[in-house]
Amino acid sequence: MAEPDQSVLAIEKLSKSFQNTAVLTNIDLAIAEGSFLVLVGPSGCGKSTLLNCIAGLEEPSSGRILIGGRDMTGVPPKDRDIAMVFQSYALYPRMSVAKNITFGMQVRGATRAEQKSALERVSGMLKIDHLLERRPAQLSGGQRQRVAMGRALVREPRLFLFDEPLSNLDAKLRVEMRAEIKRLHQRLGASIVYVTHDQTEAMSLATEVAVMEGGIIVQRGPPQEVYDYPVNTFVAGFIGSPAMNFIEGHIRKDGGAVRIEIPFDGKTMAVPAEHYPFVGSTEDGTKVILGIRPEYVTGRDRASGDEEVSLELVPTLVETNGFDQHVNLAFGPAEISGRFSPREQIEIGTPLPTRIDLSQMSVFDRKTGMRL
Amino acid sequence: MTARGLLYLLLVVFVAYYMLPLFVMVITSLKDLDEIRAGSLMSPPDRVSLESWGTAWSSACAGILCEGLQPFFWNSVKMVVPAVLLSTLLGAVNGYALSQWRFRGANLIFALMLFGCFIPFQVVLLPMARTLGLLGLAGSLSGLVLVHVVYGLGFTTLFFRNFYVTVPTELVKAAKIDGAGFFTIFLRIFLPLSPPIIVVTVIWQFTQIWNDFLFGVSFSQAGTQPVTVALNNIVNATTGVKEYNVDMAAAIIAGLPTLIVYVIAGKYFIRGLTAGSVKG
Repeated sequence: MAEPDQSVLAIEKLSKSFQNTAVLTNIDLAIAEGSFLVLVGPSGCGKSTLLNCIAGLEEPSSGRILIGGRDMTGVPPKDRDIAMVFQSYALYPRMSVAKNITFGMQVRGATRAEQKSALERVSGMLKIDHLLERRPAQLSGGQRQRVAMGRALVREPRLFLFDEPLSNLDAKLRVEMRAEIKRLHQRLGASIVYVTHDQTEAMSLATEVAVMEGGIIVQRGPPQEVYDYPVNTFVAGFIGSPAMNFIEGHIRKDGGAVRIEIPFDGKTMAVPAEHYPFVGSTEDGTKVILGIRPEYVTGRDRASGDEEVSLELVPTLVETNGFDQHVNLAFGPAEISGRFSPREQIEIGTPLPTRIDLSQMSVFDRKTGMRL
Repeated sequence: MTARGLLYLLLVVFVAYYMLPLFVMVITSLKDLDEIRAGSLMSPPDRVSLESWGTAWSSACAGILCEGLQPFFWNSVKMVVPAVLLSTLLGAVNGYALSQWRFRGANLIFALMLFGCFIPFQVVLLPMARTLGLLGLAGSLSGLVLVHVVYGLGFTTLFFRNFYVTVPTELVKAAKIDGAGFFTIFLRIFLPLSPPIIVVTVIWQFTQIWNDFLFGVSFSQAGTQPVTVALNNIVNATTGVKEYNVDMAAAIIAGLPTLIVYVIAGKYFIRGLTAGSVKG
């Protein structure tokens, strides 16, 4: 039995480079039993390489990986007690669905009876009983994805690895399968590491998100925490759609009062920052970037907190999606985006009363990009 | 409508252009010698005679041996079958390893094998003769098989490599996680995908090896000559009367196997050549 505090997966000081290019640098990561960790980042950030290292498909250049407390250095993929689902499904083309699912068991020498009962259990769970005799080419994308998951489930591994499993599906199916994966996780309490470039997927699936950029993990935490308190401007801009608004300004300290001053329309707009939880001490005059999510830029009919600024801003672009209007508003030389009620009458070029709620703002150092 | 008619006319002309020599060969082989001397080249035989076919098969003189093409035909069969099977199988393993197991230097090895395809026969004659001598295979059918396998490997590897390179590498990854090794993955997953390219390779190799003359004449001896060499010896015999009907029958017999292979597997050949990626 695993000890309660033992990590299913622990990665220690892992680095990986190809020739002279460092792909992963000094990764430390541990996840607890039953976690759903999503590695998210733009393409080329090293997330898939990290997953391949966990799977044993690639050898790390240095550092080590422990699965269930066992050092995996030099252990081949098949002995790592993992299962993996791939973006292209990677179903064996000339085998029936049933064969695809039981192939691994067969290779490992399971008896026919074992294979049969495992197949029944998994195909029932995924509702693919009626497809067992078909070839992968005769299946739709969603069905293939189910079979690929069946192949993983049948192993009952310590750890599931998902490599962008939904990227090949169309938008509607993607949302459906996403919910299905989430449900499966809740039902089985399985430990999962999931790679995606889609921040929406990351937010909706994860119990924990690790945002990666340039081969390092920039931030890690529960999705809401990463959303509310991004550690730097990269995470702030990457997580959330539409992206967070960035407004340049500088810090003004006046006795006990802390303000952020923003040049706007030839004047200076002062944003009170007394309640902002600064990470460290700040100096007067520090150049900063103010980060405000679009949902905190709203119209007059939407309630907001005490800390708010009212402005008249000119809309330049309106996108409607039924439950919201995404509006781009001219803000000095730049633009910010906001979310307005669908009932609000908005005309391009006509100044629009706008409220900006500052209770959830983020402040970043303009030089380093780090959260202040 | 006229454009279509023109198209067909053109096609008929091309067909005639290619079929006429065969037509002449067939009718000539069915005539007797008197008629050949008297009649015109294109006219069908007055009296059909299969005698020259019998002669060509079992009693025509190739050099000093007057047993027809028969023994040499079987030599060719004994050479072609193992050579085609071995080179195809090795090419499949090579192509699989080069495309799916991207080891260090895989591209260099592939480039060198590809280069091997462009080396003319004549260049390898002497080194190959020496090699066969050292291996104790000089003049034997096994030696010829080896020569053809080695020379064909570049092509067969190229065919299979380019076929397998379209298969997503995730397939191998998935199978590795499932616990399968190099050869299990090859036999259980990749070989079942391969019939189209196997057909292409087999036709290509069969045609090349069956039709080969240079290696056949260079590396064989009295009892091991392939049919192409024997055909040459029959047709180029300098003594006695020139028996055109026998020559023609012998030439057709020698060419028949490749023709049959193509007729049987031809449609797979086209399909295999145009087959794109394998859809999972």
